[in-house]
Amino acid sequence: MGYLVLIGTKKGLFTATSDDRRDWVLKGPHALDTDGFTAVAEIYAAACDPRTGQILVGAESPHFGPSVWRSNDLAATWHEPQAAPLAFPGDLPYRPLDFSEAPGTDQPDSERKNTVKRLWQLAFGPAEGLVWAGVEPTSLWRSDDGGRTFTFNHALWDHPDHETWGPGGGGAAVHTIVPDPDDPDTVTIAMSAGGIYQTRDGGHSWTGVTKGITVDYGPDPEPASGQCIHKVARDAGGTFFAQSHGPAYRSTDPAAGWTDISASLPSNFGFHITAHPTRPGTAMAYPVSDAMDRFPPDHRISAWRTDDAGDTWRRWGSGLPTEDYFGIVLRDAACHDGDADPAWYFGTRCGDVWAATDSGGQWHQVAAHLPDVLCVRAMNTAAMNTAAMNTTAVHTA
Amino acid sequence: MDVDVKIPAALAGECGGTRHLTVTLDDGDDLAALLDRIAADHPRLARRLRDEAGNVRRFVNVYIGDDECRRLQGTATPIGPGQAVQILPSIAGGA
Repeated sequence: MGYLVLIGTKKGLFTATSDDRRDWVLKGPHALDTDGFTAVAEIYAAACDPRTGQILVGAESPHFGPSVWRSNDLAATWHEPQAAPLAFPGDLPYRPLDFSEAPGTDQPDSERKNTVKRLWQLAFGPAEGLVWAGVEPTSLWRSDDGGRTFTFNHALWDHPDHETWGPGGGGAAVHTIVPDPDDPDTVTIAMSAGGIYQTRDGGHSWTGVTKGITVDYGPDPEPASGQCIHKVARDAGGTFFAQSHGPAYRSTDPAAGWTDISASLPSNFGFHITAHPTRPGTAMAYPVSDAMDRFPPDHRISAWRTDDAGDTWRRWGSGLPTEDYFGIVLRDAACHDGDADPAWYFGTRCGDVWAATDSGGQWHQVAAHLPDVLCVRAMNTAAMNTAAMNTTAVHTA
Repeated sequence: MDVDVKIPAALAGECGGTRHLTVTLDDGDDLAALLDRIAADHPRLARRLRDEAGNVRRFVNVYIGDDECRRLQGTATPIGPGQAVQILPSIAGGA
């Protein structure tokens, strides 16, 4: 087996394997828990670490709540801690983050408590055992034991900007975590709605870095915070790309600001953006026609590619359907597999998943007719460090 | 007193496959105390039933006798002698 793709959907986790990234074998939905209810759980977050083979999946059962499962054998078996891996501190003042209440307003006298509603993002950091989790309601969590237990990050929760944060249509959540590949203390996160924040001290302090990202859904077109960000990616040279609830942007230093790079994209809206793992300036976007018309532009499902950091984009649709198509690509429903000649992967709300190698030029179907695709992750399992994988398995409990 | 707690099939794997647990309570104990006892022996089962704030999850129903706990005093409902407790997933789950 050469490549493994994790496909998180509205109803369960599917996996696809391939040796050549053209022909795929699909399995699923997988039951992560003993009783099997996770086969229909919502899978918004999945992460795989090609260094160790470790896989983490955040699943949310409408009945039985959220949890984190991990696999050390490429999704063959799954493990879940007895204790809740994430649980809000009981003494934390309740903070409603829903439009039905007062967005961002602390209610210290409320009898209600903050509770983990959904895991939106899991991301391995560069240090052994380091995993970050993005959660609804808007919060960030850190694990130093490979995802078995997570610690709530008070510094982000207490950031004075929090009064400008609110829920996007999907909910109030930290949905994007971009760990620096070399520095475990440096992390970039994004939230809907709220903006982009960075830490350079391991999460002890956070700085808003959303300058230059404009909005058309508030009275101030250039607010200091509160923008609705859909996804952020970092390329191999350290340039960041952001897809907002509006234009796409790039920045070589988010603290200094962002530059609109949507001029040659077909629209000013989308959810996902991915950067090439080894080639600086190359990124992939999956535009959506408009905030009020959320279909693929011209009803043609397609990827859009830049090789000059967003100065120009070109459509890449070879192999994709040519008839009308109405499924869009959500925030985490695309990725690459990390190879120097990577395959790019994306899934849609129609339950289709495609892959194309950078050198091949042609999209091939990985899966069809699944439930809504919420997240896609891929890794080259042939290149995986099997020794590290075996070491990790010893600690499974 | 011993209270019979019926576990739904969808969660039986979390308590070794059994559909019945016997929970020993003191006089005057309420449903929260019963769920705390379950949590001590079966923490993963317990967090399927309640969130970290102690609330019974929205789509989990806990019957005390013939009445769902929300129609009584919620988790503060006292459990009396001879009362059975039944846990059931509610009619929910999405399309």
